[in-house]
Amino acid sequence: MTTGHFRTPSGGRIDRSRPLRFSFDGRSYSGFEGDTVASALLANGVHLVGRSFKYHRPRGIMGAGPDEPNALIGVRRDQGRYTPNLLATQTELYDGLDAVSQNRHPSLEKDRMAVNDRFSRFIPAGFYYKTFMWPRKAWDRLFEPRIRAAAGLGIAPSESDPDSYAQRYAHCDVLVIGAGPAGLTAAMEAAKSGAQIILCDDRAAMGGSLLAANQVTIDGAPAARWLAGMLDSLAGMANVTLLPRTSAFGYYPHNWIGLAQKLTDHLADAAPGQPRERLWQVRAKQVVIAAGAIERPLVFPDNDRPGIMLADAARTYLQQYGVEVGRKVVIVAAHDNGYRTAHELKDAGIDIAAIADIRGDSPVAARARQAGLRVLTNAAIDGTTGKLRVASITLTSGGKRETFACDAVLMAGGFTPSVHLFSQSRGKLMWNEDLQAYLPDQSAEAERSAGACRGHFALDEALADGAEAGRSAAEAAGYPFRPAIIPLACAVAHPVGGGGHIGAAPTSDPSRPKAFVDWQNDVTAADILLAAREGFLSIEHVKRYTTTGMATDQGKLSNINALGIVAEATGRTIPEVGLTTFRAPYTPISFGTLAGRARRDLLDPARITAINDWAIEQGAVFEDVGNWKRAHFFPKNGEDLHASVARECLAVRESVGIFDASTLGKIEIVGPDAAEFMNRFYVNAWTKLGVGKCRYGVLLREDGFVLDDGVVGRLAPDRFHVTTTTSGAARVLGMMEDYLQTEWSDLDVWLTSTTEQWSVIAVQGPKAREVIEPLVQGLDLSPDAFPHMSIADARICGVPMRLMRVSFTGELGFEVNVPSGYGAMVWQAIWERGQAHDMVAYGTETMHVLRAEKGFIIIGQETDGTVTPDDAGLAWAIGKAKPDFVGKRSLARPAMTDPDRKQLVGLLTRDPRIVLEEGAQIVAPAAEDRSIGHVTSAYHSSVLGKSIALAMVRAGRARLGERLEVPMPGGSIAVDVVAPVFFDPKGDRVNV
Amino acid sequence: MFESRIASPFAGESDAIASLGPIGRAVLRCREADIGSISDKLGIALPRAACRSESNGPSSALWLGPDEWLLLHADLQDDWVSRLAAHLEGELCSLVDVSHRQVALAVQGARAAEILASGCALDLSPRAFPVGMCTRTMFARAEVVLWRTGSMSFHLDVWRSFARYVEALLREAESEN
Repeated sequence: MTTGHFRTPSGGRIDRSRPLRFSFDGRSYSGFEGDTVASALLANGVHLVGRSFKYHRPRGIMGAGPDEPNALIGVRRDQGRYTPNLLATQTELYDGLDAVSQNRHPSLEKDRMAVNDRFSRFIPAGFYYKTFMWPRKAWDRLFEPRIRAAAGLGIAPSESDPDSYAQRYAHCDVLVIGAGPAGLTAAMEAAKSGAQIILCDDRAAMGGSLLAANQVTIDGAPAARWLAGMLDSLAGMANVTLLPRTSAFGYYPHNWIGLAQKLTDHLADAAPGQPRERLWQVRAKQVVIAAGAIERPLVFPDNDRPGIMLADAARTYLQQYGVEVGRKVVIVAAHDNGYRTAHELKDAGIDIAAIADIRGDSPVAARARQAGLRVLTNAAIDGTTGKLRVASITLTSGGKRETFACDAVLMAGGFTPSVHLFSQSRGKLMWNEDLQAYLPDQSAEAERSAGACRGHFALDEALADGAEAGRSAAEAAGYPFRPAIIPLACAVAHPVGGGGHIGAAPTSDPSRPKAFVDWQNDVTAADILLAAREGFLSIEHVKRYTTTGMATDQGKLSNINALGIVAEATGRTIPEVGLTTFRAPYTPISFGTLAGRARRDLLDPARITAINDWAIEQGAVFEDVGNWKRAHFFPKNGEDLHASVARECLAVRESVGIFDASTLGKIEIVGPDAAEFMNRFYVNAWTKLGVGKCRYGVLLREDGFVLDDGVVGRLAPDRFHVTTTTSGAARVLGMMEDYLQTEWSDLDVWLTSTTEQWSVIAVQGPKAREVIEPLVQGLDLSPDAFPHMSIADARICGVPMRLMRVSFTGELGFEVNVPSGYGAMVWQAIWERGQAHDMVAYGTETMHVLRAEKGFIIIGQETDGTVTPDDAGLAWAIGKAKPDFVGKRSLARPAMTDPDRKQLVGLLTRDPRIVLEEGAQIVAPAAEDRSIGHVTSAYHSSVLGKSIALAMVRAGRARLGERLEVPMPGGSIAVDVVAPVFFDPKGDRVNV
Repeated sequence: MFESRIASPFAGESDAIASLGPIGRAVLRCREADIGSISDKLGIALPRAACRSESNGPSSALWLGPDEWLLLHADLQDDWVSRLAAHLEGELCSLVDVSHRQVALAVQGARAAEILASGCALDLSPRAFPVGMCTRTMFARAEVVLWRTGSMSFHLDVWRSFARYVEALLREAESEN
């Protein structure tokens, strides 16, 4: 096992008493509690962690936070728990962690695809568009599969994810995003007002830059002690919720923020069953964005070798993790932070070979020289060497070219404020010429930015800015005005300072092409210049053509430098070039977090009736109807669908069957104007429907086409029991309410959904009456007293019942409605009574066949939104004397009465064994190239011993007796057009 | 002869999430002008303020809309709604028995609001959702009526067919530490 040779003897926020073992690409290393994978690898001298996306160049750790472009790793816990594309800089170390590098074959040191680097001049920006144009056929067979194999980073896990993911909604007065100096004072000031605060930060420890501020005192105390006190105070406040390891990934309208909280990834052994991550959906009255700033790299030739990294990252690794990123370091700087880094590293005993400042002389340069550091000013950066680790850098200053041996090069290009969330909130950014940065300007949401993310980089400024933001946010959230906090006194040994550079850094050898702008997508300065030369002026076009900023890091390091290069190449200012769009998520989040509990059985509600459990016990096969689980058929002794349905159908025709019709929509319509409402809403006439009687109702849309149907019973002069289709229940109730509230507010009538009040037990067949009669109390079921299409309230099995004598099968039938809490009990009682009559339980498939034998339509099967009542053979239902009903006017349009419209007919195949395919087209033998209709329903009818079908055919009712054809891949099927009622056409069987 | 016990669709029972058993429910709808006289006959003042409830002994009235109330009775009897209807004889209103349409869970204890927040997007803090407040809202993808009956107790009414879905989600939230 390799030990940490690059660990300082003391210091940092790691727990040196708790060593942890881990492996990277199969090699064992050790680290400490408090390390990230990145800091632990660096402590072991490992910089090489990945191969680049396109050229497969060796790449090292560049940053220390969410901006890291190179150090993407896969972490494996077991077969199902493999997570690709994690940032090593944000992956906390635990004992036994097993990490692998990505995008290399077979190993990081020897990568076959590195050949791409040597042929890179043949694969410039846009090479896809230019190269794979010809020959056309090669794209599908050759180019596309190869590109697809080479594309993408990381390997998706192959097993289903065994972890669970939680979600929670939260509300607060002030959400503070980022727990650095500004975020902490913002949270504290807001919290003091009594406001409800959520403070989130994407790192394990809160504190942001203070975690690495070892040469700083605040209010006289070392920064670490001040930070600990601050966090203790916040944790002790009941109105403050602290969320570490929580990334604010998206800013959505009306201050709705998505937070992704990691709960167990940092643990070696998580408690079983505990969620791995939690999605927080926060609605905040006010938001304080304290997202900090990200250091920019410098664009110079071969700036991507392992060991070349951001200066502030190197400083962070030293101060927070006790890790030296190198023994002999060169710092290339366009910003004073290079000097701060040099001082702090030098104080730790690291050899600073040189500071190369691309700017001229300055007081910070003079101070560095006084401290014994070598400073080159007006420096040009000519290139680096080193195969798997940087070995030297060549610099030109004052006309003198010099090569420095080194094992690390640190880049200080200036800081880019993190305006991602502000921009997502649709806030307007403004270019600040002094700071050379885009800063938040006009807000679109109730938010404010504080600290470095709006250009206040110095610690004292950030602390004060945060305090004011927190105070004003609480006030805006409705808490009383309180005076601003007194600014804290900070003593900073080496201030962060100012400066910065945008675009390509000066180099005396501009012919060297590999000056990287976007490390993750392998985009160089030359690529961007090429795009500009080829006429891409809009930054959005440059981005898509070169793919700069389009990797998973969304250009956190690259976007501003790319802008600078485009601006210079096209002779425009940066504000003239503009800025690309920031999109959620800020850093990648897992699908599990977004899915939450909505997976497997809980993906969508499974609606179940009170009889569902009985059907499961009986071995029913279920089908989904909308969200409902419905018994499709009840196989016995290994029957398939057809055998089961044939048996169920025959039993209903010959004896009796029982069917769960509970899912039918039910609406109780009550009020003195109930009949008038029904008259206006349905095509039928309702005024004369007697109490205790039922009628089949048809409902149209305003365009005159059939929307829904169902049996309606009149319970009292002012009370109707309306049934709808299963899937139409919510739609019909919604449309009724809409009409009542907007068109007919004059009517005294109200609607109440009773769909789930009632379990509906359909008992159908010649023996139906014999089965239920002994169970019913208080109602005479004899044919004269309770004829077909009757409804009455009575009792069954000692509980309330609403009985309808209706039939969707053509047989004597009853629909027993009982309060659903009694549904299973009454079903069981009827079932037991039915055994003497060989009763079968039947499912939706048998119900479909039985009704098709009778020519009853099913909404959505015979109808498709273009079918009038007359088309469906339902013109008889229309109350012709009514002055109006929904859709009446549309029915009068000429096209709606065209005799050539498709009409409902029956079809019989010449070969009775052939069952047609639903949806098949129908043609006339004389004109086989023109469809004149389509099959809507087709089954084998066991009672008739042949296949039957319903169809919509042009002028169908005029074609009765005609022979038509159904062309199929295997040849045409001859059919005869018949009336759509195949069984008991006179309807004698319901009236017994 | 028959076991006329009302079946419950719920699968489990815990201190935090418990079935409230059979409850009488009716939907009352009427015009604003009639609220006063109907309240008198019901013996409970129908709340006029949005999302507020009134209780009188075992009976409660929950405001669901400007013309819609959910009447609850703690002890369900099959003829409760017909007896109510008899009281309202002559009033211009709609009263419909929905006792079995919904089933109810109590979500209670120190974590009650947190458990509900796993699927309910509303602010359930006491200042935003005080005791006595009620609303028709969504829990995950199911419509529910949520009613705060105490500082740490909620009554959650859900349509019967959605009961297991809602209960399963609540139990998962309950199991989170």
